[in-house]
Parts: sequence; structure tokens; C-alpha cells
Amino acid sequence: MSQAAYPATQPRTETFSYLPPMTPERIAQQIAYCIARGWNPAVEYTEPEKAFSNFWYLWKLPLFGTQSVEEVLTEIEACRRANPGMHVRLIAYDNYAQSQGMAFVVHRA
Amino acid sequence: MAQKTYQAGVKDYAKTYWTPDYIPLDSDLLAVFKVVPQEGVPFEEAAAAVAAESSTGTWTTVWTDLLTDLEYYKGRAYRIEAVPGDNTAFYAFIAYPIDLFEEGSVVNVLTSLVGNVFGFKAVRSLRLEDIRFPMAYVKTCGGPPNGIQVERDRLNKYGRALLGCTIKPKLGLSAKNYGRAVYECLRGGLDFTKDDENINSQPFMRWQHRFEFVMEAVQKAEAETGERKGHYLNVTAATPEEMYKRAEFAKELGAPIIMHDFFTAGFTANTGLANWCRENGMLLHIHRAMHAVVDRNPMHGIHFRVLTKCLRLSGGDHLHSGTVVGKLEGDREATLGWVDLMREHFVPENRVRGLFFDQDWGAMPGVMPVASGGIHVWHMPALVQIFGDDACLQFGGGTLGHPWGNAAGAHANRVALEACTEARNQGRAVEKEGRAILTDAAKHSPELAIAMETWKEIKFDFDTVDKLDVQR
Repeated sequence: MSQAAYPATQPRTETFSYLPPMTPERIAQQIAYCIARGWNPAVEYTEPEKAFSNFWYLWKLPLFGTQSVEEVLTEIEACRRANPGMHVRLIAYDNYAQSQGMAFVVHRA
Repeated sequence: MAQKTYQAGVKDYAKTYWTPDYIPLDSDLLAVFKVVPQEGVPFEEAAAAVAAESSTGTWTTVWTDLLTDLEYYKGRAYRIEAVPGDNTAFYAFIAYPIDLFEEGSVVNVLTSLVGNVFGFKAVRSLRLEDIRFPMAYVKTCGGPPNGIQVERDRLNKYGRALLGCTIKPKLGLSAKNYGRAVYECLRGGLDFTKDDENINSQPFMRWQHRFEFVMEAVQKAEAETGERKGHYLNVTAATPEEMYKRAEFAKELGAPIIMHDFFTAGFTANTGLANWCRENGMLLHIHRAMHAVVDRNPMHGIHFRVLTKCLRLSGGDHLHSGTVVGKLEGDREATLGWVDLMREHFVPENRVRGLFFDQDWGAMPGVMPVASGGIHVWHMPALVQIFGDDACLQFGGGTLGHPWGNAAGAHANRVALEACTEARNQGRAVEKEGRAILTDAAKHSPELAIAMETWKEIKFDFDTVDKLDVQR
């Protein structure tokens, strides 16, 4: 393959943002992984121009203790519909590590 | 207290320092040495000699021994064990009372334990294999200035390993050309770039100029990608004063992370810098130049797991761990042993991984292991499997050597990392299915496809020199 020019820098959104955009099926697989690890899923959203902040808007409270992938997908969809033009991110709180075990954007504005 | 009388002369060490009935206290500092005694020296006598020479003893009795309570202060050889597969060597387990050591000073611990005793004539060779630091001692040390959890929160990196790259050539670039290389890597998708260890402040690139150009590169890449980035600015210097000056300037420029070479600079410098980092909200990347001089020979020196423990106590947020799969030495089980020592709160004794003692770190933050040296995209599945998420994977040649340049090389590594991480979370056997996972990911990334083509034949299949001791 001949040499290719690397294009002008694209805005990214951290984990998984170098893969093709997420599909519902792939999102569901990651939610299942988070639940299996004992983490608590939560949904966040923000205007793209504020995405660099540590603090996005929290969509309701985290879904503490949920075992349902479907329930999380439903909340992601509800958040997306209510907030057109915004990024939507799934996070998973790991209360043992006192950190987030996972965070990735499921819907880009 | 029993009365003792003074008798000049030389007596067997074993009479005083070999105490097989002793049950170590929770507050004792425990050490295990691999000892090869000179011919004709019984194992118990050699073990006792090591205990004596690394604690209160000297070659002859002295009258001032009777002015203190040596029974309290002496180190005790309390157990010996055979070394599997080698009948000339044995393991000597020694317990030291905690009051032998100054609080918060790994310098003082090492000066005792690996001081004169290593040149002692009665032993042919000696290796410090492991130390159990008692919780009472751990609590006196500062430890990592930030730790893994704080680093993730500061840098907004979750659910995957971090990606880095050491800028090459190691030596000779001007500051602006160097900044260019940094910018390309970061805008292509890396989280970090790194000064090579021997970059300090040479005539071809003085440190101020490097810091300024590099920070412009970091900040521009952050603004364009919307992701947080950093470059390990190496503040290792000839004097502590100069080191702090460089650290202050890095902070002034807004750098999130600086770098230090803990072994060539020494533990005093390192502990001081770690304290500075804690007070100034700065992450601290630790390089380990010179370690292989003391830890590679299986019969003499200090095992790397001991250096790892000492560094965690002295302070650092990243430490190079070896890759298992790349160009540098590192047995898989032994590496997993010291990686646990960096990251976990409690690490149980596990002889399969060369861990001789339980080690409780209490609330001390963890150190992020850094896997660096001769790795490229084909190693990614194995690295994700071996290290998991809490590690920094550094591809130097594996980024900069990409036929289309640094940004494309960085992009290829990022795609490979994210594809392997996603696949692992889906329950796939990443190491076994690595080829299929990478091949699928490359369909969406010409950068990855060309990287896979470039490095398909490179392997580093040499045998490990420092193997764990097992019966073969």
C-alpha cells in the first residue's frame, strides 16, 4: 500500500471512539459485561462543546443493582430522545475501586 | 536481666543469630536471601552470618555489645529452605525488629539489608529475593503520590489500558522536532508520550526548550481530539535542586505528569520528588534504568520484586514492569507477581510467582505498571490478557516505525487496543483469537492493516536468564 496522509485531527470521545460507531447489540454486550462485574450502570449526557469537563449531566440516578441489560438500554434511548444534539455516555461505577470501571459514548451528537 | 561477661574473640554467628524456634512478630521486617556459602560453611552458620552482618553484628565481639540489649535489636535467621533444583544454594529467612529502621526510609532499609553483607567473604553469592514490609512500616511511607484511581479520574480514562510511546531517536533531536513527534503521536490517539530515560538536558536539546515545545504539542492535541493527554517530562537531574527546578517549571506549563529515574538518581531523590508531586497534584512516571545490573543475575543481587516494593513505598504512579512478550527480559509468572505487588491492596504468598511472603499494603495507593520495550500491534491481544486495564502499554518503535508516520502508528495501536478490549468484554478468548480480532478491526482501519503487515514477522523468542527457582 502506498503512503497515505493522516487526515486533520478528528474530535474523539475516549474509550471505544476509535472503533466504528456503537450498535445496540454491541452496547448491550458491554452493559452485560459491566453488570457481570458487579458495577452500577449510569447514563450521562452533555452538549458537545462541554464534553471536556469531568462533569456531564447525570440522567436520573445510577441504576444501582440492576441486572437487566434491557433496562439500561431503555434509559439510554430515553435520554437520547429527550436530549437531541447531545452526546450520551454509559458509565459503570465500580464501588470497590471507588472509580468508574467503564465509560464510553454510546451516542454521538 | 541475666548478667553477661565480656569475652574477647570470634565466635560462631549461629550461636547468637540462628534461632529456629523464633516465631516472627507481625511488626518484624522479614527478608529472604538466596545464599551460596563458601565450601565447608554449614547453611545455618551462613544464614546466621547474613542475619548478623545485615543487622547488629560484626566479625568479632566488642565490649560495647554489653551496653545494649542485643537480644532485642538483633536480626534472627529463623528458617532455611532448600532451593529447588540447586543443592549449592539455600534460602535464609531473616526477621528484623522494626526499630532497626528509620520510619519512612527505604534508603535506610536497603543500606542495612543489602549493605556490607553482599561483600561478605563467608558467602560466595547472595541475592535478596523478597522483603515483607510490616503494616506498621508501610504506614510510615508516603507511597504513590496519586495512585491508579486518581490518575484515571484526572485523565478521564476508563475501561481500558492507557497507551503511550517513547519518542525516538533517544538522543539528538532538537526541541521543536521533538515536539513535532509528540504532537503526531498524541493527535493520532495515544494518551501519553515519554521522554527516553537518557534525555535530561543535553547540548542538543536543553530541558526548558523541550518542556515548552512539548507542552504546546500536548495542549494542541488535547484541544483537537477533546481527549486528555500528557507527556512524561523527565526531571531527572544531576542535583536535587535542579530536579525540583525542572518539576516546578513543568507545573507552571500545566503538565499533568513528570518522570524520574529512581534507581540512577537514588531513593532519597525519588522520595523527595514523590512528596513534591503529592503536594503539587502531579503524576509521577518512574523509569528503572540500572535495575537489570542488580536484578538479572539469579544468584547475586536484588530481585526486581524487592525494588518494586521499595519504589511503591518511596513513591511513584507508574513503574516499568517489563512486557513478558517484547524485547526485554521477563518471565511471565514472575512478572505477574511483581505486577500484583504494584497494584493490589493485599498480595498473598505465592511461590509459583516467586512471592515468599504475604504483603499487606493497607490503604497505600497502587502503582500503574508500564509495559514497554519491543512491542507492536501483534502483541496487543496478549498484553490485554496479561495486564488487564490497569496498565500503560508503550509502543515506541511500534508507533514511530509505522510506514505512514507517528499519527497513523498511534491510531493503529489505539484501534487494536480498543478492539481487543471490546472483544475481551464480550467474553472472547483474546489471546487465542487475537489474529481474528485484529483482522476484523483492520477492516475499518487502514492504519492498523498496514501496521499488521509491517510487523508480522517480528518475534522476541529468547529464553529468560532469570528464571524462577523450580525443580527441572
